[in-house]
Amino acid sequence: MEGVMSHGNDLNLKATELRLGLPGTDESTSKNNKRTANELVKNSELLNGKSDAKARDGETVPASKSQIVGWPPVRSFRKNVVQPKKTEAETGNFVKVSMDGAPYLRKIDLKIYKGYQELLKALENMFKLTIGEYSEREGYKGSEYAPAYEDKDGDLMLVGDVPWDMFMSTCKRLRIMKGSEATGLGSGV
Amino acid sequence: MVNYFPEEVLEHVFSFLTSHRDRNAVSLVCKSWYNVERFSRGKVFIGNCYAISPERLISRFPRVRSLTLKGKPHFADFNLVLHDWGGYVYPWIEAMAKGCTNLEELRLKRMLVSDASLELIAKSFPNFKSLVLVSCEGFTTDGLAAIASNCRFLRELDLQENEVEDPRGQWLSCFPDSCTSLASLNFACLKGEVNLAALERLVARCRNLKSLRLNHAVPPDVLQKILARAPQLVDLGAGSFVHDPESETYNKLKNVMQKCTSIRSLSGFLDVNARCLPAIYPICINLSSLNLSYAPGIYSKELVKLIRKCKKLQCLWILDTIGDKGLRVVASACKELQELRVFKSDPNDVGNAAVTEEGLVAISAGCPNLNSLLYFCRQMTNTALITVAKNCPNFIRFRLCTLDPITPDAVTMQPLDNGFGAIVQSCKGLKRLSVSGLLTDQVFLYIGMYAEQLEMLSIAFAGNSDKGMVYVLNGCKKLKKLEIRDSPFGNMALLADTGKYETMRSLWMSSCKVTFGACKSLAEKMPRLNVEIINEGDEMEGGSDDRQNVEKMYLYRTLVGPRKDAPDSVWTL
Repeated sequence: MEGVMSHGNDLNLKATELRLGLPGTDESTSKNNKRTANELVKNSELLNGKSDAKARDGETVPASKSQIVGWPPVRSFRKNVVQPKKTEAETGNFVKVSMDGAPYLRKIDLKIYKGYQELLKALENMFKLTIGEYSEREGYKGSEYAPAYEDKDGDLMLVGDVPWDMFMSTCKRLRIMKGSEATGLGSGV
Repeated sequence: MVNYFPEEVLEHVFSFLTSHRDRNAVSLVCKSWYNVERFSRGKVFIGNCYAISPERLISRFPRVRSLTLKGKPHFADFNLVLHDWGGYVYPWIEAMAKGCTNLEELRLKRMLVSDASLELIAKSFPNFKSLVLVSCEGFTTDGLAAIASNCRFLRELDLQENEVEDPRGQWLSCFPDSCTSLASLNFACLKGEVNLAALERLVARCRNLKSLRLNHAVPPDVLQKILARAPQLVDLGAGSFVHDPESETYNKLKNVMQKCTSIRSLSGFLDVNARCLPAIYPICINLSSLNLSYAPGIYSKELVKLIRKCKKLQCLWILDTIGDKGLRVVASACKELQELRVFKSDPNDVGNAAVTEEGLVAISAGCPNLNSLLYFCRQMTNTALITVAKNCPNFIRFRLCTLDPITPDAVTMQPLDNGFGAIVQSCKGLKRLSVSGLLTDQVFLYIGMYAEQLEMLSIAFAGNSDKGMVYVLNGCKKLKKLEIRDSPFGNMALLADTGKYETMRSLWMSSCKVTFGACKSLAEKMPRLNVEIINEGDEMEGGSDDRQNVEKMYLYRTLVGPRKDAPDSVWTL
């Protein structure tokens, strides 16, 4: 019964293996690939079909894997330092923030926030409003304000869709949208 | 028969015990030894600041001179823990300021340190000599200014990877002219400008300065002047190393470097022009430690040329831009290598700049003394791990991180269970292990069976069922810290051996299958554990559903009950 265990090398792990089945049965591990991957799908943000496909024909890592929070496990300090594309390392990443109906704009430094939560809290404080909860399907339901931003292509995007790091590098200015315009965003997308 | 040694004799004998573990063991022998030990303990290590209170620390060890405290759980490094979760140092300093003013040394990791804390330190401890802050936050350079101004005997100010606000940048000028005692100064993590003239004067008058790590704001011409004044340096962190190789400054730097024959450890290069690296060549042969992991843009060729000269290297931290080819050069040149860390050069990059199992195998073949590894790689195989295990049986720390957390063996597409199994079986002294890649319960069976000395285990996206976690809890007798994320371990595993958690420092589980109900019953059963639920959304408004999965749970043993400084988002059951 050569299965997955023997590699023909010095360490014969099979001989020392504690097995919970009856002698002579083999708890085949090769089928576990799919099951494991499927279970993980619920907890992380990996797409369903991809892991299965990988197990079958060895596809390479899809780009969406980088959306997992805290993976790869690199200290935030190091992440912020070792980013070869960032040229504004010391000067902060100030973007204008406008709110519909407000007389003047504000400016905030995106670098001081560690993620969307902190940013939204800061915006809520700055403009004395509540923004509501983000959901992929419905944007910021439950409030009449929605945070949007202009990306480097000039498009108006909803805050929260892309990973924080990507947002930081593509956000050119923020806009807090109000009223019917705000609720229009996110539906039918 | 009465065995009687006068206390002075016991105290003298104990003075040879430096490890806190030895001292802990000694204090368990009998009451008399406990008392002699506690009055003579100068260095106290507290791995979890919430396991004990400052008051109890001082009452047991009234003569403590050096205190090490750790705050947030390890996964806080990866944004899995709220910024305001806790780990405030202020209460400790406040208590020590009242009851124990002989404090000389404070070493903090992952704690929230306010400027007020730093100011209190500066005011309260006349003999204060050493401040080491690692991965801390909450303070600004104003706090550093207070330390610089007031700690007359300051020997060491070591700031490692802290998030520090820099509103004014004049803290360095606060070291008075009378300060000549500095032996170690590390401000590499500071983002702001420093007063360069003050820095030069400081270096000139501190004749005992052995370790100096500069931030990016120190330009090469100042570096050159500093090195000219301090050829006795043993550890150097260069800030900016960008200049024109044709320039006069560069020439001067080259000459001065040749005289720095004491340098054994080199780091920094936060900004670097690879064409200037030859200036370092003269000291490479003496280097035992080289950290280029913060130096972006040193491409493999230059890196390799440099490393080839570092024949006595014992510790190397680099980026994965070195590639498998570069690692082969390391393997052939650095025969004394003991510690290797290969970091991802761009944490968001899913592309090709990476190392694979081949680089690791080459290192293991060339460097048999390797005992500590942190390796971020694109892929791994069981065969490679088995080979590494065979070549390097001395691993104490083995941390592997695949870019895709559930990537299988790149060749066979099987789980990496056998590879890690080989590591734990071969490395009998293994104390710390981080696993990644596609892993089933089997790997945990191996870990439970073989990793007898294991103290810390990090698990992510691994295992199939509760059995995996149970194997570990049952088998690893010396386990102190277990941290698990995104793995299908649930209530059965959590509650299988509740007494075990009192033998450990802490357990972290996030995105697993543990429910509120189970956490509550664990907390009820074990009053000497704090079971904290960390909750970012508003899952727990009003009554919670016992059957609901807990997003993040952190439990730790404690002698002082639930802490009072938890934010609203942390619920102690």
